[in-house]
Order: sequence, then C-alpha cells, then structure tokens
Amino acid sequence: MLRWMLIALLIALCAPGAARALDAATVGKLATGDGDERAAAVAALVASGDPRALEVLKALSDGEMQTAGNRVLIVKDDKAVDAASGEAVTPLPESRDDVIVNNRLRGELDRAKAGLRLMSHDREVRRAAVKELEGGADDDMRPLVKQALAAETDPDIRASLALVSAQLDLKSTDKAARIAAVKLLAGSSSSAVKTTLIPLADKAEPDAEVRAQAKEALKLIESRLARAQMVGLAFSGVSLGSILLLAALGLAITYGLMGVINMAHGELIMIGAYTTYVVQNLFRAHAPGAFDWYLAMAVPASFCVSALVGMALERSVIRWLYGRPLETLLATWGISLMLIQGVRTIFGAQNVQVENPAFMSGGIEILADVVLPYSRIVIIGFAAVVLLGMGLMLARTRLGLFVRGVTQNRAMAACVGVPTARVDTWAFGLGSGLAGLAGCALSQIGNVGPDLGQSYIIDSFMVVVLGGVGQLAGTVYAALGLGFANKLLEDWSGAVLAKIAVLVFIIVFIQKRPQGMFALKGRAVES
Amino acid sequence: MISRLYGPKAWIVLACCAAVVFVVFPVLNLVVPEGNPLHVTAFGVTLGGKIMCYMIVAVAMDLVWGYAGILSLGHGLFFALGGYAFGMYLMRQIHADGQYHVDMPDFMVFLDWKSFPWHWTWSEHFLWAVFLVVAVPGLLAFVFGYFAFRSRVKGVYFSIITQALTYAAMLLFFRNATGFGGNNGFTDFKRILEVPITTPQMRMALFTITGATLIATLLLGRFLVTSKFGRVLAAIRDAEARVMSCGYDTLWYKLFVWVLSAVLCGIAGALYVPQVGIINPSEMSPANSIEIAIWTAVGGRGTLVGPIIGTGLVNGAKSVFTVAWPEYWLYVLGLIFILVTLFLPDGVVGLAKRWRKA
Repeated sequence: MLRWMLIALLIALCAPGAARALDAATVGKLATGDGDERAAAVAALVASGDPRALEVLKALSDGEMQTAGNRVLIVKDDKAVDAASGEAVTPLPESRDDVIVNNRLRGELDRAKAGLRLMSHDREVRRAAVKELEGGADDDMRPLVKQALAAETDPDIRASLALVSAQLDLKSTDKAARIAAVKLLAGSSSSAVKTTLIPLADKAEPDAEVRAQAKEALKLIESRLARAQMVGLAFSGVSLGSILLLAALGLAITYGLMGVINMAHGELIMIGAYTTYVVQNLFRAHAPGAFDWYLAMAVPASFCVSALVGMALERSVIRWLYGRPLETLLATWGISLMLIQGVRTIFGAQNVQVENPAFMSGGIEILADVVLPYSRIVIIGFAAVVLLGMGLMLARTRLGLFVRGVTQNRAMAACVGVPTARVDTWAFGLGSGLAGLAGCALSQIGNVGPDLGQSYIIDSFMVVVLGGVGQLAGTVYAALGLGFANKLLEDWSGAVLAKIAVLVFIIVFIQKRPQGMFALKGRAVES
Repeated sequence: MISRLYGPKAWIVLACCAAVVFVVFPVLNLVVPEGNPLHVTAFGVTLGGKIMCYMIVAVAMDLVWGYAGILSLGHGLFFALGGYAFGMYLMRQIHADGQYHVDMPDFMVFLDWKSFPWHWTWSEHFLWAVFLVVAVPGLLAFVFGYFAFRSRVKGVYFSIITQALTYAAMLLFFRNATGFGGNNGFTDFKRILEVPITTPQMRMALFTITGATLIATLLLGRFLVTSKFGRVLAAIRDAEARVMSCGYDTLWYKLFVWVLSAVLCGIAGALYVPQVGIINPSEMSPANSIEIAIWTAVGGRGTLVGPIIGTGLVNGAKSVFTVAWPEYWLYVLGLIFILVTLFLPDGVVGLAKRWRKA
C-alpha cells in the first residue's frame, strides 16, 4: 500500500518526464536482485515515467529478458537490445541466462504495467487500461487511480475512471464517501458494478442509509441490465434468423418450388464461401489498397460460381431424376460427398481464413456487456436485400413468371410455349446462386472449411419444411421464428439442448400440420 | 412353406453360405495355425462380423424401403441405440478393471458421479440388456412411426424428418450429461457374461451368432414378403391411396414393418459393438444413415438378397480404398451414389436378372 502511494507520488512528480535512458543499475537490480530489490526496481521504473519503462517491464513479463554477464538484454527473434540504453547489441552474446519471474513479481509487474498505461500519453492506451480496471481494481491501486483521475482530461475516460474509483470507494470507512460512490455507481450499467454493489445492500453493511441507497442503485442497474439483455437476445435471434433465411432461401426455390431435394445445397453454400476466400486472396495479392472493397466483388462472384455449379449439376444429374425424389436425394448426397472431397483436394482439409473488411469488424456497444457486431448487422441487411431481390424476381420478371407457371402446372406451361426444361435449369441455377450468397455471408462470421455446408443442410431443410413447401413468406417466418426460438431456449437450457428441443418441436409440428405453417390451400389429390 | 421361401437352387446356395460362416471360417481361424496362408486372422474375423452386422441393417432397410417405399434416413439411429443398450451392459462388465479401479464406467468417475443415473438401472443384467436392445429402438420407432404415418407424412418429407431425428439424437448423445460417455462413447470392453471378450473363441462365437442372425433375418424377411402381408406392403408402396380405398388400414402395415426393421437394426447394433469394441455418437451421424440406403440401392431394392450383396460390395471397396487410396474413397462413394441412382435403379441383382434374360 505504502509502496503504491510512493509510486503515485513519484509519477505525479515526473509524469511528463522526458524520455531518457533508464538507470542501468535499476535495470540490473530488476534482472538479478532479490525479491524486495526487484519490487523496488519495478517501482522505480514506473516512477521514471519513461515510455521505455513499459517496454522493459513487458519484456520481463513476456520472458524475453535475458542476462549476459552484467548486461541486461531484451532478446526477441534472435535480436538483442540493451534493456537500459535501448541500443541494439550485435553480435548476440553467446552465453545468456533467462530472467525468471516468480508469481510475486508477476503480480507487481501486472499492476505496474496497468499503472504506467493509465498515465500514458496515448489516449487509446489509457482507454484500454481503464477498461481492464472496470472488471474490478485492486485496493492497492487506489492512489494510482485517484492520481490518474485528477490528471485525466478526456471526458469519456474520466467518466470510466470515476466509476472505477467509486468502486474502490465502496470499501472506504467513511460513510459519506461510500454513499457518494453508490450514487455515482447507480448510473452504471455493467454487471461487474452490480456484483460489487451487492455486499452493500446486505446485512454486512453497518449503515442503514448506505444499505437503502445501495438497494436503490441495484434496482436501477438491474432494470437497465435486463433491458440490455432483451435487446441483445432479440438481436441475436434476428441475426440467427437472417442466417437461416439466407441458407434456406435457395432451398425454398429448388425444393419449395421445383420439388427437387438437393442434399448438396450445403455444399453450394460452402462453394460460395470458398469463392469469397479466393476473391479475398486475389485482392490481397493484386490490389491490397482496395482490400476493404473485396466483398463488392465476392458477392457477385460467389453467386455466379455456385449458380454455374448448380446449373451443371441440374444438366448432368438432377434432370434425369425429376419425379423420383428419393433417388434425387441419394444422388445429390453423392454429389455433396464429391464436392466436399474436391474442395479438400484443392484447398486442403483445414479451415481457411476469410478476413472481414475493416468496416465490418467491431460493433455497436449498446452496453458494457452487449455488443452488436457490425458483421452481423450487415448480414441482416444483406438477407433483407436478397429476400427483396428474390421476391421482385419471382413476382416481376419473365423468368419469375415462368418459374411460377411451371411450378403450378408444368404441362399447361409447356403447352403455352414455356421452355420448361430451360426454366428448370435457370431456376435451379438461381437457387444455387442464392446458396452461394449465403456462403459469402457465412464466411464473414464463421469458419470456412469443407464441412461448412453439412452443418447447415439440416437446419435449412427444417426451415423450408416448417414454413411450408412452395411458400416464400412461410420460409421467412420459419427462419425468423426458428432463430428466435433457438436463442430464447439457448438462454435457459444451453445451446445443444435448445437445438434438440427445436428439432423435436419441428418433428412434432410436422405430425400436426404435415404441409407446414403456410400450406397452400387446395384439394390436390396426393399422387 | 420351405418351397414358398426359396427354390431348391437358392436353398443350396444359402446352405453353402451357412457352411462358410459356421464351418469354414471357424476352422480357418481356430484350427489352421497362424502363418499358414489359409489362416484367417483375427482382423479378418472382426471385419467379416462387422460387415455381416451391416448386412442385417441393409436387409432391414430393404424391408421398409424396397417393400414399403419408406426411405428412412434414421436407421443409423436404431443401430446405434441397440449398440448403446448393449454397450451399457458391456461397460458394467468391466467391473473395477477400468483406469480408476472403481466398479463404475471410467467416464462417470471422471465426471465425478457418485451413483448410476436412472437409465442405467439393471444395466448389469444380461437379460435386461437384451430386452433393451429390442425394446428401445422398437419403442422409439413405434412412437415416431405411429404419429408420422397417422398424419400421412411420407416420401421425402418422412426421410428428412427421420434425418432430423437422428441428428437431434446425435447432439443429445454428444453431451456428457446424457450419461452415455459423451464424445468418446463406450469402449475398452473386457467381458461378456464374465467371459473375456478378446479370446479367439469369444470372437468366433460373436461371428457365428452374427451369421446366424443374418440368415434368420433374411429368412424372416423372405417369409414376410412372400406372405399376404408382403403383397399388401408392395401395394402400399405402389399406390397407397388405392389400398386404403380397398379398405386396408395402411397405418398398421407400415407401422409393423417399420418397427420390425428398427428392431433388426437394434439387434445388429448390439452384435456390432462387442466385435468392433467401441460405440460413440458419430454412429448416429446423418451420413452413416444415408450410406445404409446406398448399400441397399447398390444391391437392388426389393430383393432382400441384393442388399446383402450390395453391403458386401460397398464395404469391401471401402476397406480396400481407405487402406490404399484414402483420399479417393469419398469420390468413389459419391460416384456410386450417382451412378446407381442414374443407371442401376434395380441394383446389381437387377443387372444380373437383365443379363440372364438377354
């Protein structure tokens, strides 16, 4: 405690100190001294306020510090730097000893690093340091925090620091200080703060007034937390729903409208994801400056590649199996096996890395614990756009008209001159292309590997089956409904049980309404 | 009765096959000494036993798919359930010889469970295990089939739903808390009925029991499909609405053959586990269940013998490829799926028939 006060004092004295070489004796003690000497050396380094001090302390805790005779070196990738002066040391001395860090010293180091960072001139470093402390600061950091609070000029960081300092004040023996701290913390919305407040609302707190205040504050924080959680849950429900929708839209065409069971649908998704990967690599190699825009190229590319693969499949295999759904199922399963193995042969069995463009990383932080990632938001928007595009296509274009015509009555459509065979190919290509788009979207939020499609095929079939065959609206409702149901159940039973529950629900539901939620009205006799 | 099942030539072939299983294999494995070129290794016996288990499943699949037109993508589930039911007994037979030397399966000790969960009650009794092998798949098939057939879920719809069921079960069995060993499932079996499981005699006993079960399954299937019941089944496959109009309640016909098929799968699974020595949730993966369908399709649906041949061909090829060219096996399997559905709708048996006519 005393030591930290001393450090704070020293920092205050020389915080804006100019950069200079560190005291070699201090650095020497840090590396070779006994326990107390080393702790004192850490304190002295912190007090120096030198930006290089942080570097040295970091090297020590990362195990990069070594000694060669009397010299203390920082060795990284076979290049050595003198720890005190910062000059490069060549050649690398032959005999070196590692500097061992014990647990006590490690604790000191961590705190010293946090303290140094709180005082850093870089705003982002300070912000990150405060963020770490929000989870709960040690009591002995109190003078340091107070010091930093007094010196801080940035309003955002100041507010966060004030919260940290108030959390420390909760343990104060002064009643007024405790009440002030509780009042300040009542405006927070983090669950860590809630945990620190709980003891004060309890019998452990001697003062009744503080207890009442703490209870009040807890109530405020809890309601804010609950609201944030609801928003987060709703968001993840919509997000999962949009992903399911993307994965299932293509199937809604090939299975829902054309009646073709395409078990290789998941692999068409996978091909879309790999196309995105290839486009990304091309951009990285040939146009690194435009890397952030690679998605603009990847979206159409993944659509086209998957659509072409789909059309080739329709022409070569599926065409011959129309009207024999069970055989189609088996043949397309065979296709999916070959596609998986083909991708393994070309790209290897390992997952590949698809990087988000800069504008898609990060997220909106609506509260300390609830972050809405940009990538998910973009995908929700993307799903909406794709849905809209497909709806317009089916309702307003000539191809859409043909597809609907062939679906409703193939023979009649053929009679009035619709080239049904070609429409089949185009429609299948459209469905496959949509799968490619789904793959492009999925590559932004998850792993891309040969098995990517396998994990979506059952889910997307469930969406189509639940929504009702031949129904776009049904597919949308089913996807969003399943997304929400999954996330809600996940909240109280865990991910696996939720998934099982949803599957069982669908199985039971199908018994009740075999045609899905939105069955087409009619009396079509089963063939 | 005997002549109703098969003609004299077919009986002779069947008798020869039985002789191979009951006489030739045991002699070559147990009597002929190791090193002799005719000696059948332990690996060979296990592989043969394993494939015969698959053959039972394929015949069961043929009963529902070939004769009743119901393509199940959930037969892997019934197979695995039978395996797990018998696996529980095998786990109890380890006694205190596990890693922790406690009279409890290792994974339970590892999870720090103090007593057996409810579904392990009586699992130390052999007869109870045999009962479960039949009852668990049968009951699940009955409940699922009753509701599905009653609401006339059929065709691809039914297939996809059975696949979802299998998938859900796989997820369930992957959980440690379900009490079936999670990821690792059951393994390291020591004995059956207190007899060590790794002795050549025990291995051969399991092999011959599997062979006997396979032959019994084939004859039972043949008995069913040549009876009036079989005729009704085939009629349901071809035109269910008409059969219903004739006054048959198709629900019970389909349900009977569906449950029987599931029970046969369960028995095959129970025979499979002690021979292979492991059962884990990956047996329930959707891919496994679809593979069963392709064994049946390769041999020829609606022939009973066909699926046995198909299983032998596909698994034989698999054994060869996964050893010699492992990276090409999926291409071959995928091609089999495509070519058989496109060009061999009646499978190998159908091809043979066509040749004989020509």
